[in-house]
Amino acid sequence: MADYAVEMRDVSKVFGDVVAVDHVSMGIRQKEFFAMLGPSGCGKTTSLRMIAGFERPTSGEIYIDGKAMGNTPPFQRNVNTVFQSYALFPHMTVEQNVGFGLEMKGLSRSEIVRRVGEALELVRLPQMAKRYPRQMSGGQQQRVALARALVNRPDVLLLDEPLGALDAKLRKEMQIELKTLQREVGITFIFVTHDQEEALTMSDRIAVFSKGKVLQIGTPLEIYERPTTRFVADFIGETNFLEGRVQEVNGEFASVIADGGRRFVGRAMDGVRPGVQAVVSVRPEKVQLVEQPDNSPNCYEVRVHSIAYVGSDTRVIVSLGTNHLDVWEQNTVSTLDPNYFFKPGETAWLTFKPENALVLAQ
Amino acid sequence: MIQAFRERRSLRIAGLMGPGAFWLIVFFLIPLLIMAVISFMSRDQFGFPAPPLTLQNYGDVVKDIRFNPSISFAGGLNIRLFDGLYLELFWRSIWLALTSTIITLLIAFPVALFMSRLPRRYRNLTLFLVMIPFWTNFLVRTYALQFMLRGNGPINTLLRTLGLAPIDLLFTPMAVMVGLVYGNLPFMILPLYTSLEKFDWTMIEAANDLGANTLQAFRRVMLPLISPGLVAGSILTFVPAVGSYITVELMGGGRTNMIGYTIAQQFSASVNWPFGSALALLMMVIVTIAAVLYFRSGRGEQRAVL
Amino acid sequence: MTSDSTIILLGERGEIKPKPRGETRRFGVGRFALVTIALFTFAFLYVPIVVLIVFSFNSARTGATWQSFTLQWYDRVFSNTRILEAAANSLIVATLSTLGAVVIGTLMAMAMERYRFRGQSAWDGLLYLPVIVPEIVMGISLLIFFAAVNISRGLLTLIISHIAFCMPFVYLTMRARLADFDRSVEEAAQDLGANEWVTFRRVTLPLLMPGIISSALLAFTLSLDDFVISFFVTGVGSQTLPVYIWGQIRRGITPEINAISALMLVLSIVLVIATQLIQHRQRT
Repeated sequence: MADYAVEMRDVSKVFGDVVAVDHVSMGIRQKEFFAMLGPSGCGKTTSLRMIAGFERPTSGEIYIDGKAMGNTPPFQRNVNTVFQSYALFPHMTVEQNVGFGLEMKGLSRSEIVRRVGEALELVRLPQMAKRYPRQMSGGQQQRVALARALVNRPDVLLLDEPLGALDAKLRKEMQIELKTLQREVGITFIFVTHDQEEALTMSDRIAVFSKGKVLQIGTPLEIYERPTTRFVADFIGETNFLEGRVQEVNGEFASVIADGGRRFVGRAMDGVRPGVQAVVSVRPEKVQLVEQPDNSPNCYEVRVHSIAYVGSDTRVIVSLGTNHLDVWEQNTVSTLDPNYFFKPGETAWLTFKPENALVLAQ
Repeated sequence: MIQAFRERRSLRIAGLMGPGAFWLIVFFLIPLLIMAVISFMSRDQFGFPAPPLTLQNYGDVVKDIRFNPSISFAGGLNIRLFDGLYLELFWRSIWLALTSTIITLLIAFPVALFMSRLPRRYRNLTLFLVMIPFWTNFLVRTYALQFMLRGNGPINTLLRTLGLAPIDLLFTPMAVMVGLVYGNLPFMILPLYTSLEKFDWTMIEAANDLGANTLQAFRRVMLPLISPGLVAGSILTFVPAVGSYITVELMGGGRTNMIGYTIAQQFSASVNWPFGSALALLMMVIVTIAAVLYFRSGRGEQRAVL
Repeated sequence: MTSDSTIILLGERGEIKPKPRGETRRFGVGRFALVTIALFTFAFLYVPIVVLIVFSFNSARTGATWQSFTLQWYDRVFSNTRILEAAANSLIVATLSTLGAVVIGTLMAMAMERYRFRGQSAWDGLLYLPVIVPEIVMGISLLIFFAAVNISRGLLTLIISHIAFCMPFVYLTMRARLADFDRSVEEAAQDLGANEWVTFRRVTLPLLMPGIISSALLAFTLSLDDFVISFFVTGVGSQTLPVYIWGQIRRGITPEINAISALMLVLSIVLVIATQLIQHRQRT
């Protein structure tokens, strides 16, 4: 077995004069739950379709289980897809839909019946075998699509925004279910989504796409805590940016002089050298508001602009010079005391630790 | 590899397009081209085309056109600047076709509107009632109308039994007009209904809410949105009307001549293929120009018939 | 419940979905006028047809005075070999030209909808042209053509001509259906191991079947109803039913014509119901 279940080597795809995928290289490990994340039009779906065989790369090569795919048509690749629209065959019953791939492999009738039964058991729909897709709810159709793909025991399962059409509650349930299912069947899952929370919840690793390029590949933790570019920091979760110029780099840390001459210190990321334009990125939950200044180098007096109470935490917008910053204070104690927290218009001290902030080269 | 793929692709396109393209070219385009060529040929003693090439046939169409202004009040106000046998024929054909299309539209619109506003069950019933004549043989329907209006037909028989004088209902320009409207009504109602049924009436409410009165709401909101149905229905009515043959014969008795009927005669009763071809070509040009102008004038973004 | 023919003529793509309806009583004042016009129009459309059917059972040979009920005209229709021959010709021509038109029209719609190639927009325009060229022009141009290439007129020329004028309608219907076709279903089949031919046979064709049947019914009706083009391309021994009826009407009224007309009307009603049932079944 090859190291990588799927490997893309310098793959590009051009439609007319639009470069959909721009020299992408990456390896997806065996039995990994891998997410391709990015805004619409970033090239993630095209990449998935090239792996499935629906599109051919303009240049570069795709390897599945170590074998170069070349012009191998989709029906000769041992990968299966769960389509965004599910693409269930409307003129076939659930049973016939799920059995279609096995039939194509030329399996015996009894074998097909047995494996279809198992697959429907797996997605908890055994009683639905005789139904037609249109007689089922969206969530049920989604599971049939999953069963239809998994029943073939593919090397890799490709999922194209499979939860996109479901409502929020069902989505949450299916996220957990998919993750459990993947562990159970032990198949590599490649998952395309534009929902960063979904990607963070489910994946072993995430590739963040933007404008046809892969900006960063890493575990959810790495992607969230150590984004290497401004785009990734902005796209994954919420963050505050403070723009400025790098003053000095000192080991792991760098200091930035921002607008208004304020100096901030954070972890220096790639390409940070004295004199370059940079942004300091700090997540709202890693910033505190205090009554007295502390000894952090990133401590400045701010004015409280607005306050929103959202249950689990309190979301404050403060103004620091011309910048507005988000501060999320966790509500660790329960109190209705009106004097418990800052009020709009008051001044406070904003502070965050250098190790919680990142200095990203522009 | 890409080369092979391209070849396979163009082979496939050729395979799919081939039979249809062959049929369209050989049995539609080439016959029209031959007809066009024949319109520039002389006729032999039997009326069939023969060399040499000539403009004679087109000359025959325009030769008797004279400047002769006149005003008459026969059948409404008639102001004429020119006269000429074939000029008049073309003019009458277009005039009858256009008037019958407008009358058909004026009848069909309220009917389609009525249908689209009915509760679903009745809507389907009325639609069914429109589709039966839509799918019924045009000749049979026109024959049924002629049967009704005949000198010894049911209407005149009824008048006689009531002791009234029978009336001549057939073989007049009016009868041709009635025949055209009768024949084409389903072809106007159905496309109009299809557009109206999809029309979201809350948009009229929205227009009213924004200060448009009923007429403005109709003109600015409804008309553009139902224009595909309007255009389709008008074309389906106007084109056959200009070239009508059955109606002219059965309802007009050949007395109210129209261009389509004259063309047919050049190929049956009095054989003159080159002249008939010239008339046919002229008619085709007129119909095509009319259709194109109509499409251009049609508002709304949606793509209609063509 | 809308016929395909109007959908294609409207250039619509796809099913007509019920739209939210505004308040039904908007046209309060005009309602009475609408009902009246609609009633008169339906009466105008139906009275001649109904009267014709009633009189097809009248024993009087001429005139419109009711004498007594009789089935003799129907009896004569079914024992008149020339009528039966004409009817058989009509059915043969309609069946074969429907078959031809459906096959070549569907193939062409596939090419036009699924590929992009040079000269495509010219074909697009050309395929609409038969819809706006008056029937009479098509009829005489085909007459001239068959004379020029020296093909004697008969069933063959009828079938060729009927395929030519039915094919664009099939094409337009199928093109609209194909535009609606969710291609991810075909991708799913290929993804599950079906090659292109199996995908076509097991997925594409079954899903296109309702459209194919609708367009076949449309072509069949168009062929059966055609008089003008058939009139010019028909031969001596190959009259179709409308051509035969035309000859009889011109010769004067024979009560058999009323009976044939009534029968043809019944056939149209059957075809309309069949179309409706097929379209209804598709939706449920």
